[in-house]
Amino acid sequence: MARVVVDVVMKPEILDPQGQAILGALGRLGIEGVRGVRQGKHFELDVDDSVSEETLHRLADTLLANPVIEDFSIHR
Amino acid sequence: MALSKYRVGVVTFPGSLDDRDALRAVRLAGAEPVPLWHGEKWLSDVVAVILPGGFSYGDYLRAGAIARFSPAMQSVIDGARNGMPVLGICNGFQVLCEAHLLPGALIRNDHRKFVCRDQRLRIENTETAWTNQYEAGQEIVVPLKNGEGGYVADPATLDALEADGRVVARYLGDNPNGSYRAIAGITNEAGNVVGLMPHPEHAVEELTGPSTDGLAFFTSVLQKLVGIPA
Repeated sequence: MARVVVDVVMKPEILDPQGQAILGALGRLGIEGVRGVRQGKHFELDVDDSVSEETLHRLADTLLANPVIEDFSIHR
Repeated sequence: MALSKYRVGVVTFPGSLDDRDALRAVRLAGAEPVPLWHGEKWLSDVVAVILPGGFSYGDYLRAGAIARFSPAMQSVIDGARNGMPVLGICNGFQVLCEAHLLPGALIRNDHRKFVCRDQRLRIENTETAWTNQYEAGQEIVVPLKNGEGGYVADPATLDALEADGRVVARYLGDNPNGSYRAIAGITNEAGNVVGLMPHPEHAVEELTGPSTDGLAFFTSVLQKLVGIPA
């Protein structure tokens, strides 16, 4: 059994309205110097050792992320 | 009515909201409305399917992402690839994009607010199974209500959609949700699958809608089906 982490973020060219809302709130908090925020998703999967890299890639590419608008990275 | 032999299904997912209105619109158009359940793979001999608006599976993960893998959707995907007319409205549009039956994706409105208003649209493709009863360039008014209605795709995909005339409807006036090129609805290459963010099923009766402009989506599919030998 291993803990696998999959991180998903919107592609750089896709507008991220949630990130912009967070950026606006940071300003109201009195924090300066943060130039940009991109919000993403973080998945923690407990998987058997028998699960291949290829399977993890398929899982991320077909369900956890929508490759039309999102990039993902897998950390085993 | 003779046309009632044409059974048009509406899939109800957990979290669907507009399935009843879609069924009602089918009935007002003269077809036989057939409620379908997301957990059933069998489509009960329907000749066309509507994926209604709402928040299927609570919009968990991404809008439409979980619904795409439901048993009913496996049959809808098979049917769509074989030419069965499929209309996805709002959340249904999101499901069709997630299922890759239509290109692109729908993201959160650029202004971050839910939008709910009567929306002016221009029908730009009158060749599809769902728009053949409109006139080219016809302007209509139907309700629009979404939080994640921004249509996005890469420039090459957008150019191809425009070049092939696959933009079915475009927003007129202010862009309500940041959709690229003000796209409100698109179709697949064959013209049998249409995704639309606004809600024609809420504009089929004078009493309850801003117009009856939406009814032609539902009479269009009947017209399309009448042409098919029963």
